[in-house]
Amino acid sequence: MQLISDKKINNTVNKKSIKAALTLATTALLGSVQGATANSAEPLTEDTWAFDSAFLYYSEADRVSAAEAIINAKKIYADESILSLKLTIDALTGASANGGVAQSNVQTFTRPSGKGDYDVKAGDTPLDDTFHDTRVQFNAQWTQVLIQNYTGSAGVHLSKEYDYLSLGVNGNLAYDFNKKNSTFSFGLSYFQDTFEPEGGIPKPFASMPLAYHDNGDKSGHDASRQSNDDGKTTTDVMFGFTQVINRHMVTQFNYSYSFVDGYLTDPFKILSLVDDDGIVQDYLYESRPDERIKQSVFAQAKYHFDETILDVSYRYMWDDWQIDSHTVDTRFYIPLDNGSYLEPHFRFYQQTAAEFYQPFIMQGKAIPEFASADYRIGDMTAYTVGLKYGMKLSDGNDLSFRLEYYRQTPESAGHNAPGALAGMELYENIDAIIAQVSYSF
Amino acid sequence: MNNKFKYSLVFSAVTLASGCSSLGVEPWERDLLAKKQMALTASPIDSALDDHIYFSKEASSGGKSFGGGGCGCN
Repeated sequence: MQLISDKKINNTVNKKSIKAALTLATTALLGSVQGATANSAEPLTEDTWAFDSAFLYYSEADRVSAAEAIINAKKIYADESILSLKLTIDALTGASANGGVAQSNVQTFTRPSGKGDYDVKAGDTPLDDTFHDTRVQFNAQWTQVLIQNYTGSAGVHLSKEYDYLSLGVNGNLAYDFNKKNSTFSFGLSYFQDTFEPEGGIPKPFASMPLAYHDNGDKSGHDASRQSNDDGKTTTDVMFGFTQVINRHMVTQFNYSYSFVDGYLTDPFKILSLVDDDGIVQDYLYESRPDERIKQSVFAQAKYHFDETILDVSYRYMWDDWQIDSHTVDTRFYIPLDNGSYLEPHFRFYQQTAAEFYQPFIMQGKAIPEFASADYRIGDMTAYTVGLKYGMKLSDGNDLSFRLEYYRQTPESAGHNAPGALAGMELYENIDAIIAQVSYSF
Repeated sequence: MNNKFKYSLVFSAVTLASGCSSLGVEPWERDLLAKKQMALTASPIDSALDDHIYFSKEASSGGKSFGGGGCGCN
């Protein structure tokens, strides 16, 4: 027994040391010498850092895989102010649909960089296997009571990929009333993104040039490009209302308005130009409008039964690209012995296609003003089923595991498939596994 | 879905607010609501990871929190 107790103490000391080291690192970053209280063997007080960390692996069958690590450091001060710092790192690799249609022969596509090409087997949905990207994201958020019943929050966001930079700021004001049973909130957020894809930004509907190789003639590639980089801004406004119904139930309602302005086209996506027999004649770069206004209403209810907790939410989103979507998200928290729990998760999602979505372009017809064959803005239904298992460790820290299955089912938006395309799979399902380990200390 | 329905959703949310003074609990009745699991976003890390996945794979984002920009995800 003595041995076990010693081991426990050692474990606790080790865990504290990790936390202390991270606390020191975090405070060093902030240029502060305060907050080193976690060094002491005292029980954790409010005025210390709490860390949430997670590792997630996302993998689509035959397509993209992503690994994402996230650590969030939160400090609650004695006056209830909260500082939250979050670092996210993810790496993406694998293949992504390029927008082209399957054919009964091998197809050759030029890589987005213009250098080199890749082949797609007969009968296969064309996937571009060029995708490798690493992203680093940093968020900081400060929340404090401004005056009685008014809470303010402000934050910054920075995300950097090899070819993409995103900078953002946000602010939020919340007003509590009715004995803090009701809360109105108002938030603003602004993002500025810069995109510098390898190979530059293609001209709308330019024909995909043949690949050039080392020391080759790249005039064909250059002629198909309009610039090296482009950008967009996103302005979000959100009104929220939270209401406690009774001792068991709390609800939330949000309305969001989002204005996106700038380069909204995906420079890596193309459309197949097909003839009346469904045979591909050319590949054209896609083109989307340079504005999008999205709106959504969101409602959530949480109900605490005697032991279990039900969490249900619904979102309706609509935009001026004529995309409508419905999302239902449900979690059910089931406590087990010793502080452990199970949490099944079910999510249903359905969207209608953007008005300019089309799976291919017909030869001989006028080229539309905008067109994209990106299945992500086409008709689609998706669902997620998952299960989370969490446990309380002997030192009071939380460890949890989450495993989910995500299936996307793109559907025809009513476009007839001529000739050879009738026998091709134009709307292929995508299956993905999401696996996550989380640790809070 | 027509505009009338959209506005009625927003309107009903606002109406709820005005009729809410009779709802709620006394401060000493918050034992269940105060639980971490009863927070509207009980696991912010899970939410952040999910938002990133669905932002990259679907045409919708935000609603519960800001949709934002943030990545050139594929």
